[in-house]
Amino acid sequence: MQTQEQTLDEILALAAAHFKVSREKLNPDDDFFKTLGIDSLQTLDLLTKLENHFHVELPDYELQGVSDFRTLAQRIQSRL
Amino acid sequence: MKLQTISWKLDTGVVELALHRDPANEIGSQTLADLEQFVAELPEIETRAHALIIHSEVKAGFCAGADLRELYYRSEEMEKSQAASGVREFLERIHAVLTRIDASSLTTIAAVHGVCFGGGFELALVCDLIVADKLARFCFPELRLGLIPGFGGIPRLKRDVGNGVVRDLLLTGRSFNATKANQAGLVSQVVAEGEALRAARFTASQVGKFDRHASSVAKQFIKPVPRDELRREIDIFCDLFARPAVRMGLKKFVESTDAQPYLP
Repeated sequence: MQTQEQTLDEILALAAAHFKVSREKLNPDDDFFKTLGIDSLQTLDLLTKLENHFHVELPDYELQGVSDFRTLAQRIQSRL
Repeated sequence: MKLQTISWKLDTGVVELALHRDPANEIGSQTLADLEQFVAELPEIETRAHALIIHSEVKAGFCAGADLRELYYRSEEMEKSQAASGVREFLERIHAVLTRIDASSLTTIAAVHGVCFGGGFELALVCDLIVADKLARFCFPELRLGLIPGFGGIPRLKRDVGNGVVRDLLLTGRSFNATKANQAGLVSQVVAEGEALRAARFTASQVGKFDRHASSVAKQFIKPVPRDELRREIDIFCDLFARPAVRMGLKKFVESTDAQPYLP
């Protein structure tokens, strides 16, 4: 099974590609709403991209209050 | 025909109904009036078409559901009893529209991308088939507001899938992605991003190869309209709407600066 660091790297790469920002500009502890400048509907796109990429289900309520990539990686890791 | 919130065109036996109200096709009084106009023309359309595709031209998705801002502000302007009767009248009218589409002799296909929440999900459930792109998400967030879906969602969901799926969607308010919705039996095809309308057109073309009368009879046999439960749903919705918690929930939603207001 992949490590949490690998999961985090994949999330950052995926977010950078989907929202067309430089991967280097994204850091694990960034508030992704602010860094990516995304609204609630775009957040749903990101959630779906992550579910499809990692082949997991991420119930919305588990992500309530999650706003940084590192915590997001932890939530995904717990479902791999 | 182009109206304020929707448009439709008929070509080679397929009528395409497009939703085009920014930001996310929220269904308020104008969309309802426009849909009523479409439904008024449906009998004539049914003589010339074999399939109906409902899709969205708005980037955010298929439809984010009822226009909660309009619902809240209109309710605030009215006396409590007036607001209750206004809600019931709106529900009766939207049910009439959706039930008419549900029972249409046409084969109906929802081509879904992006958000398909609440009333938007209920509009998709009216259709015989749902084709969704990979980024589509389906959700009934109404319990967050102290309500149940009011546009026929629960009876139609129960018609299509097992009760466990209904409870999961309703009682947790979580959203399903297209793959999950496909596994649950809600979505018939999952396609690449941006390809739902194209796939729906192929499906409509296939449907057109069959005898129209036989298709219509088959549809009536396998997809009965759950009229008694739809009626009961309106009553339950109106009872819940009268509770103060709902107005507080709507107020919270309308005034929210939360980055995830659509998330339950």
